[in-house]
Amino acid sequence: MIWTVVLAGSLGCYLLKYAGLAASPAILERPAVRRAVELVPAAMLAALVVVQAFTDRQALVLDARAAGLAAAVVALLLRAPFLVVLLIAGGVAALVHALA
Amino acid sequence: MGLAVGLYGAAFGAAATASGLSVLQTCTLSLLMFTGASQFALVGVLGAGGAPVAAVASAMMLGARNTLYGLRLASPLGLRGLRRAVAAQAVIDETTAMALAAPNTAALRLAFTVTGSSLFVGWNLSTLAGALGSGLLGESAQVALDAVVPAAFLALVWPRLRHSSTDRAVAAGGALVALALTPVVPPGVQVILAAAAVGLGFGRWRR
Repeated sequence: MIWTVVLAGSLGCYLLKYAGLAASPAILERPAVRRAVELVPAAMLAALVVVQAFTDRQALVLDARAAGLAAAVVALLLRAPFLVVLLIAGGVAALVHALA
Repeated sequence: MGLAVGLYGAAFGAAATASGLSVLQTCTLSLLMFTGASQFALVGVLGAGGAPVAAVASAMMLGARNTLYGLRLASPLGLRGLRRAVAAQAVIDETTAMALAAPNTAALRLAFTVTGSSLFVGWNLSTLAGALGSGLLGESAQVALDAVVPAAFLALVWPRLRHSSTDRAVAAGGALVALALTPVVPPGVQVILAAAAVGLGFGRWRR
């Protein structure tokens, strides 16, 4: 079952990439498509942030990941580079978990 | 950027094996899917006990943004045939960002090729390391990895939030919809439905 998911998901994602390169760029001229290009990733990435930080299966939870995410926000506000943001998030979460 | 990708890839390898994938399945995902957010979403749904269809759908919903990147890159890359089929695998967040930051077409093509090939090697090696190493990790390292994943998604969306109030509204909508739906829909489905938050952005734009 996992193999089916791995292979079907990979094929689907590849075809999505290929479709972009192969489709007519004129599609981008449409204002509705242009707005979707800009906004769909913002909505989905934000959803992933909170799902990965505040949920466990179907439960809403508040644990060390929340502290790590808060630290990441501070790091991003201070314009820290990507790697530093990840290290700070991981370090703070581990620290909070150890202290809790 | 290389070190960050290494950490992110290792986090994926560890997260995937923790979700029940074998090392071979984990490495196959990084080779064939090669789009980090989709891979994390797929193993996240599987690990949370979600349905196979939800796992594939989540990966593809996130992978759909690569279609939009491809639309932007198609004309400046100007590829056909086999070269286009190979290049397609490298149409992801990082390569698009680097390519579109280039000052001219030649620099864009070089940035795309260099970023794409180095990321592909780094992502797959770090995935393998993470998948093999996850069994050795202590509890603290597991907790740290769990926190690295949302932080990485946040760092990906952050530049959009900085630039546009519409993006901030859409992101807030996506986050709220996802949290509100978590208790009531199967794992993974809330992220798919959160794309509906894009309606917020359309509403503001129409006014």
